[in-house]
Amino acid sequence: MRRDIFQAIADPTRRAIIALIALQALTPNAIANNFNTTRQAVSKHLRILTECELVKQEQKGREIYYSLEIDKMKEIDKWLEQYRKIWETRFTQLDNLLSTMKRNKKC
Amino acid sequence: MLNEEKSSHVAGNNLLFDFTVDESTNSVLITREFDAELSLVWDAFTKQEMLDQWWAPKPLVSKTKVMNFEAGGRRFYAIVWPEGQEYWGVEKYTLINPKTSIKYLASFTDKNENINAELPTSEWELNFSEQNGITKVSISVYFESLEELQKMIEMGFKEGFTMTINELENLLSTLNK
Repeated sequence: MRRDIFQAIADPTRRAIIALIALQALTPNAIANNFNTTRQAVSKHLRILTECELVKQEQKGREIYYSLEIDKMKEIDKWLEQYRKIWETRFTQLDNLLSTMKRNKKC
Repeated sequence: MLNEEKSSHVAGNNLLFDFTVDESTNSVLITREFDAELSLVWDAFTKQEMLDQWWAPKPLVSKTKVMNFEAGGRRFYAIVWPEGQEYWGVEKYTLINPKTSIKYLASFTDKNENINAELPTSEWELNFSEQNGITKVSISVYFESLEELQKMIEMGFKEGFTMTINELENLLSTLNK
């Protein structure tokens, strides 16, 4: 099944996990301590985030640490930036139309 | 920051432009100020001949086929590409408060106005207000899910790409002078 980044960030717990590990790499236990949910539930969210390549795992000694893939997060920004640009262009066109209308009104 | 991808800046002439994506409510919130009185801005959003002049980002063209601007009415229009392809959509007005607010449901259709169920339907709310001759328009677009929002952005991505090409052409023609 194809996982995509928007699906990954659609869940509030996953957004909270992202916010948490954006600050520092954490073990699954440390992450789970922040939520009123089971360790298994957190593991499932981490698996989805890993499949979407939004987080990466790193083995340190006997522990696995999860941290954020910053570049993947930037991809989301890129999509949004494109949508924002369309609106920017639209509004510049509207600015021009409004100033033409204002001029015509005065004549 | 994750719940709200916010980008706010001031357009030319100190006019506000605010673009926020709120992933927790599957919505995009856009606020913009215009240096014109409310009645003029209202006309630009509600009269088809004016709407068609700015709604599509160049070089795309907006072509409204039917527009009954009243609650229960609709605007059926196409976005036309320079190569001639037409992408049709319909906006069904659910609420209109003159010079104050508009609500409508937007869907993609074929050229016979049959709704394309595979593409997102979104709920739009536009609010208008004026202060000292500056008119502020706030637009909220709600999607059923983030996937729908993503589909919308994907369609926008195509438009954005065309725009980039257009800007490049403009730049090249300036350089050639």
